[in-house]
Amino acid sequence: MATARTLTRTPASTRVRAEPFTTEPSLAERLGLPYMDPILIVSALALVGFSVFTLAQATQGDIPGSPLFYVERQAVYGILGLIAMLALTRIDYSRFRELRVGLYTFLCASISLVILFGFSARGSRRAFELPFFSFQPSELGKLLLALALAGFVIDGARRGSAVQRTVRYLILGLAPAALVFLQPDLGTALVYGATTLAVMFVAGVRWTHFAAIGAGLVVIISLVLVVAPMVGTPVLKGYQEQRLTAFLHPSDDPADASYQQRQATIAIGSGQKTGRGDRATQTRLDFVPERHTDFIFSVIGERYGFMGAALVLSLYALLLWRALRIVTLSKNLYGTLVAGGITFALLFQVFVNVGMNLGIMPITGIPLPLMSYGGSSVLATFLAIGILESIHMQSRLSQKGAWAY
Amino acid sequence: MYRHPEEPTLRTPSSLALRVTILGGLAVILFCVVFFRLWYLQVLSGDKYLAQANDNRTRTTRVTAPRGEIVDRNGKVLVGNRTALALQIDPAKLPANDARKRAELAKVGDLIHMSLKRVRITMRDSLADIPGGPVTLRRDVGHDVVFYIEENRDAFPGVAVNQVFVRRYPDGNLAAHLLGYVREVTPAELKDPSFRGTVAGDEVGQEGLEYEYDRFLRGIPGEEKIQVDSVGQPKGQLATVEPKPGDTLRLSLSAKLQQAGESALAARGLPGAFVTMNVENGEILGMGSAPTFDPSLYARPVLSQKIVNGLFNENAGAPALNRAIAGLYPTGSTFKPITSVAALETGLVKPDEIINDTGSFDVGDVKRQNAGGGAYGPISMQYALQVSSDVFYYILGDRLFRHKPSTELQAWAHSLGIGRDTGIDLPGEQRGLLPTPAWRNKLYKEGNTDRPWSEGDNVSLAVGQGDLQASPLQLAVAYATIANGGTVVTPHLGMEIEDSAGRIVQEMNPGPERHIKINPAYRQVIMDGLHDAAQSPGGTSYGIFGGFPIPVAGKTGTAERYGHLDQSWYAVMAPYPDPKIVTIVTFEDGGFGADTAAPAALEILSKYYDKQAKQVAASGPVE
Repeated sequence: MATARTLTRTPASTRVRAEPFTTEPSLAERLGLPYMDPILIVSALALVGFSVFTLAQATQGDIPGSPLFYVERQAVYGILGLIAMLALTRIDYSRFRELRVGLYTFLCASISLVILFGFSARGSRRAFELPFFSFQPSELGKLLLALALAGFVIDGARRGSAVQRTVRYLILGLAPAALVFLQPDLGTALVYGATTLAVMFVAGVRWTHFAAIGAGLVVIISLVLVVAPMVGTPVLKGYQEQRLTAFLHPSDDPADASYQQRQATIAIGSGQKTGRGDRATQTRLDFVPERHTDFIFSVIGERYGFMGAALVLSLYALLLWRALRIVTLSKNLYGTLVAGGITFALLFQVFVNVGMNLGIMPITGIPLPLMSYGGSSVLATFLAIGILESIHMQSRLSQKGAWAY
Repeated sequence: MYRHPEEPTLRTPSSLALRVTILGGLAVILFCVVFFRLWYLQVLSGDKYLAQANDNRTRTTRVTAPRGEIVDRNGKVLVGNRTALALQIDPAKLPANDARKRAELAKVGDLIHMSLKRVRITMRDSLADIPGGPVTLRRDVGHDVVFYIEENRDAFPGVAVNQVFVRRYPDGNLAAHLLGYVREVTPAELKDPSFRGTVAGDEVGQEGLEYEYDRFLRGIPGEEKIQVDSVGQPKGQLATVEPKPGDTLRLSLSAKLQQAGESALAARGLPGAFVTMNVENGEILGMGSAPTFDPSLYARPVLSQKIVNGLFNENAGAPALNRAIAGLYPTGSTFKPITSVAALETGLVKPDEIINDTGSFDVGDVKRQNAGGGAYGPISMQYALQVSSDVFYYILGDRLFRHKPSTELQAWAHSLGIGRDTGIDLPGEQRGLLPTPAWRNKLYKEGNTDRPWSEGDNVSLAVGQGDLQASPLQLAVAYATIANGGTVVTPHLGMEIEDSAGRIVQEMNPGPERHIKINPAYRQVIMDGLHDAAQSPGGTSYGIFGGFPIPVAGKTGTAERYGHLDQSWYAVMAPYPDPKIVTIVTFEDGGFGADTAAPAALEILSKYYDKQAKQVAASGPVE
């Protein structure tokens, strides 16, 4: 160990050549595994594994004739996600700062195109129908927004006054949010908003500005929910408003939005400490809707009880702890901002989705990252983790002062 | 250190550490909130939510218990069940759209030949009774209709076909008046404690034995718990509580004798009734009324006013009326044994006392004569009964009138069961009228009649005339009392209650109503006189029963009835001298007792003893 400590102080170029056994790097070395955060990857893989396991037990009868429909696909998405993550890790995330305009343009364009030409499901256009896969650009957008917005923050850090900068960040962040909102996809729009605020927060936007933004939010929410419907120009669709406010006034009416939430709460509560396993009824007999996507946490709660649900939450806590750690480890501000945006977006999604299942947050249609069935979401989340790992790796390498290749 | 070519020299904000700490703190707070909420839901309130989840997924439906059968004393089924399919409407599941709802109801109505208006009226009436439904449109629909509806399920939301039990009458009209019928429980009955345990839509006995023994026949409905999904589709059975079928009611009735009695009535084509009863214990072996009706009319889904009117129409003979318990008539000479008991027990006549029948008896300025117009001369009571001397009984009636108190005849008739409830286990029994001085004098005081009670009234009563109104069953009870020597039995049809496995749950053994003291010597005189009347040459019904191999004691009766032709009666006890059974037969407008009622009674006894009567030359006086 003493040798190793002295070595780290020597110039990197000297050190690499000085080590006799690294002339031919191992496969792990090529993949960059020694420089990654293994806990982050393991917790992500554990979550997607648990997702596949849950789907296997809970969705057997959903698609007649193919009991493993969701299972197979979710497993493939997980594997593809892992590969994409490893590939992305090999790229220095700082390059994305240069590509910020391109990324941002792609983000806005893809969302706009999907509104115009996308595949329509339940009255909203969110995805492109591809041969094997329906691609939902707004999911990837969560990552692209963090990458681009962080770039813009760094780029314009010295331009304009503090107020001008704050307004610029807000406009840049809220433009794609507004586009997603038009799909309509309220949940993802909220995630974009949260990402924007997180990047701004980490970038050091003044407290007074945040206070002003908070006040503005209050005004906007009251305008949207109270004033706009009264003057006859509702901003939200009827069902959106109903869902958002349903958790405030539960009811027994199955036609009511709060019914779903109530059923989800009953499902989780009925799981008790150890779960009901195959005797589960709430999530097996369709009382809880969308059990493979938005309400998968209810399935876990009912089937595996407090043990299972707490395990899942612990895995998320582990993942977010490692992500937050990477925010502090980053070798440059860009990495810090990107990691901050990604971390907060993940935290926001986990909290809002689980809170919705537990009846303490409104129904917004936000998936549970890595758990909810869906290729776009799983892939985008793995890519985001890939970026986090890239930040981690660059930080490790810069500490060593050397490239791995 | 590697530097990116464009790496800006921007330094990280000095507050970064603080901000990341805040972000981390926020994450910790949010996770705590979620964990506490999860702990609250699953660990602290888990039981409550588990109960709600179970409540959510289970639907409990009532399984109707098949109603108990009614069988005769030998186990022959008189009322059974058959399963039928009922077409029901669940109003909550009908289309919300008015036009579509109307279209569906019209279509359903078409299938079962009901107009839309009729369907709506049925639904309105039923929903007034059972708010929320389901509404049974038709209890007994054909399989073709059911198949059609099942094949076009989607076109008929809110329409359900359920299996129900419908009463079945294997012998058609047999014992129609006794059995009664079942209908859905009425709102008034639901509040009645004797219908505890029934819910709207259940069928309960509404008339006859079905009503009287409803609590045994009804059974206990079962429960079926099924698991359903969120839209109520069944997903398997959870638990079933089997319904407990109703108990079997075994009657004292003999189907064979009942059949004989009803045929005997029907053969005469006249309104009438018969009763055959065990004189020892009051078991009814047969009881019928003519005209009769088809009890399955009541099993129909819709009991139209037209059918009801038909059943109670006086001009059609009021078929629903059970004349054996509710037909009230003057009894004519069949009353004479009762007068005999009264006069003998009061000491107004000796059993062997000879009284001169001069052929007429003057009451005030009215001269009353024998029915045939003849005079029998000096005769004893035995002979007076044999030939049915009216004058003999006018004299007894007169003696009873002059006796203090003057109401011994009424008192004895009342003790023997005339003019009072017999206590039979059937609803709808009529008490009739045993005329007394008090009754007539009250009417007179109120101005409702032209004269007060007088000697003539008592004299008329002595021969079963005047204001007397008695039912055939009352007469049967009176004869049974004389036959058994003083025990006033309680007539009853129900004998045993058996559960579905055939074990006896309860035996119906109503004790006698009361005992009266009849001197055996007096009884013997009466029995002898009645035996002579039936089977000694010169007896009033010798022409009918003279050749019957079983010794019997029988009395004819021919009663004048206001607004009608004579009421024909026959009362017979067999075997003489210690009778086991009594049979009463009566016909409205039947004329002489020996002409109509006695032959019908003979047919019944022939069937009962399985013996035919030989032809004998009729030689007795007509009556």
